Amino acid sequence: MMSKTITLESATLFSTIKHAKEALGFTFLLDITAVDNLNKATPSSGRFELIYILRHNTFKEIQLYKVALGDEDLSIESISSLFGSADWAEREVYDQYGIHFQNHPMLKRILNHNEFVGHPLRKDYEITKGQYCTTSQDLMDEMKPLLDARKLDMNKDELMIVNLGPSHPASHGTIRTLAALDGETIVAAAAEIGYLHRGFEKSCENHNYNQIIPYTDRLNYCSALMNNIAFAKTVEEMLDVTLPDRGIFIRIILSELSRVIDHLVCLAAGLLDMGGQTNYWYLFNPRNDAYDFLSKLTGARLTNSYMRIGGMTHDLYKGWESDLNDVLKKIDFGITESLKMITHNRIYNDRIQNVSPVSASQAIDYGFTGPNLRASGVTYDLRFTDPYYYYDSFDFNMVIGSVGDTYDRMMVRFDEMHESMKIIKQAMKRIPSGEINVPNKDITMPSKESVYGGIEGMMNQFKLVIDGVKVPEGEYYGAFEAANGELGFYIVSDGSGTPYKVKVRPPSFYHMAAYPKIIENYQLADAIMTLGSLNIIAGEMDR
Amino acid sequence: MDLSNTHMLDDAVVTTTIDTVVSWGREASLWPFVFGTACCAIEFMSTAASRYDISRFGAEVLRFSPRHADLLVVAGTVSYKQAPILKQIYDQMPEPKWVIAVGACACTGGFYDNYTTLQGIDEIIPVDVYVAGCPPRPEAILDAVLDIKRQLKREPKFEVRNTDFKGKLDDV
Repeated sequence: MMSKTITLESATLFSTIKHAKEALGFTFLLDITAVDNLNKATPSSGRFELIYILRHNTFKEIQLYKVALGDEDLSIESISSLFGSADWAEREVYDQYGIHFQNHPMLKRILNHNEFVGHPLRKDYEITKGQYCTTSQDLMDEMKPLLDARKLDMNKDELMIVNLGPSHPASHGTIRTLAALDGETIVAAAAEIGYLHRGFEKSCENHNYNQIIPYTDRLNYCSALMNNIAFAKTVEEMLDVTLPDRGIFIRIILSELSRVIDHLVCLAAGLLDMGGQTNYWYLFNPRNDAYDFLSKLTGARLTNSYMRIGGMTHDLYKGWESDLNDVLKKIDFGITESLKMITHNRIYNDRIQNVSPVSASQAIDYGFTGPNLRASGVTYDLRFTDPYYYYDSFDFNMVIGSVGDTYDRMMVRFDEMHESMKIIKQAMKRIPSGEINVPNKDITMPSKESVYGGIEGMMNQFKLVIDGVKVPEGEYYGAFEAANGELGFYIVSDGSGTPYKVKVRPPSFYHMAAYPKIIENYQLADAIMTLGSLNIIAGEMDR
Repeated sequence: MDLSNTHMLDDAVVTTTIDTVVSWGREASLWPFVFGTACCAIEFMSTAASRYDISRFGAEVLRFSPRHADLLVVAGTVSYKQAPILKQIYDQMPEPKWVIAVGACACTGGFYDNYTTLQGIDEIIPVDVYVAGCPPRPEAILDAVLDIKRQLKREPKFEVRNTDFKGKLDDV
């Protein structure tokens, strides 16, 4: 299965996207990326192509628009005036590919450092060519226009600039925010990311499909298994294969458990930022029990690499049901105890209610997905709107907020953990016996007995390890409801065992783009809570 | 405290060497600054939480200002963009100071052998203990803390450490 794309001329791009948004209902810009055709076997019209991925407002349909750029003029009209989410997406394409977007408000590097020369995702940029960075930028080039637009002056209005991060206890990783303060109130803010840019996409172009699985673990490291599953599922859809039912049920159980773990970390850290340290113990300890279960199953606590293209490494172990039931009980206990302390707690409620609310239309404009979007009252969850893996046959609810403030974002996560545990319990009852891997020797590794016992099995393994799983030529965008929102993989295959290009659509990237805007006019201490409630995971955001 | 070669003067006075007293104090009160960037930082959170409980080894006073800390725990991938920040934080820490590189990325760049990842933090700052793993289990991080404690007992107590170290960002 491959995605259908509409090819456009670069001159008509802006008007076509505008038409798609206003008349056809494609109101959600998922991602913008580019493809460098330099190494393609079949020559194409131009070296660079831009890909725009849009989602319909019913949240079912996806549309890909493709624009070929002329070799002499690497520029195109920016669509940042149509979609808030296009701002950072275009900056990333500029940074990685060197394509200029006309009329973009602030076209500068975003992932790579300011002293970087060249554009790393171009095919002629060597993967190992690192460049040292000697100083960090002061970000005043972004702050100055923000202050000017608000008619503020540093000296006359007695503003103070505060720099938060990139190494700051409440910055949850490597996020940097520069805030201009009037007293305690933030009047303007700018964010800088890229401190954890680890070259995921370039690494993908140099490894075969199964070798990419460990890299996906480290995107959102709080729910590593989900990234495994999302990537494997996308490639399997390209191959047009589906897992046997037992494999699918194992994936459902593990994704929902990962979602619970992810939310536990987010809430534990968020409440810790607020001073609620007891909550941290209650929420973090059952997570350790879940990791004990995962390490017994996969051999690793955090980065499991349990999935493979076409299935997983091995079946569940004997007695997993009682272990998992035990974990679920402990998680339930932790959540109950934590909720006892905060539900009617005036400090908790007053502190975060009506802080940094995001309306439904704003959230869609920013490209929010997942719990953050649902907190704003938008009924979008891929498990409901475009169900995969039998999700339509489970009895669970979509959790929706009403205001979209920090309180809603946190409470949606609390309730989603209950819903996920409902799914796990049902799946544990319904899980069938049988095979777990796709019965296709071009995709699934042979058993160890046949590798060591016969030439055919050995050759089969050799071919799969050296060449990788051969994916038919074409391009595909696959989406998955991960813990933080829509985790998408846009993969271009040239028919070989190594992808020609992989682009992740990371939910946190778009949440972070909105962060400096939504913390404005709130206090600095509120911004810390807002960051915690958005659950920015740097590994996924910076890739 | 090693008191084997001391004399008891009545019960009130204990004589020992100043080195012994200093290292006795130091080993029981390491104050870590966690430079957590990625997956390893999540495992450090586990190390600090009640199950593994780093405070059993006297290193639970996590400082968020480098000026209060004497143990730098670099947990996670350090990119070229992050490197000057790491250097700045290391320089801000007062002597004596020790550094633990947690995980494959901090030690060598790990499997991120690419254009954006620093190939080991020892290109920038001196490292005392390397912890293998991707990410290492909490027990491995605790073991590194114990290693530092053993190491500091052996070292001269009043000298600035690592004076001959020259990092890639030292002359720029």
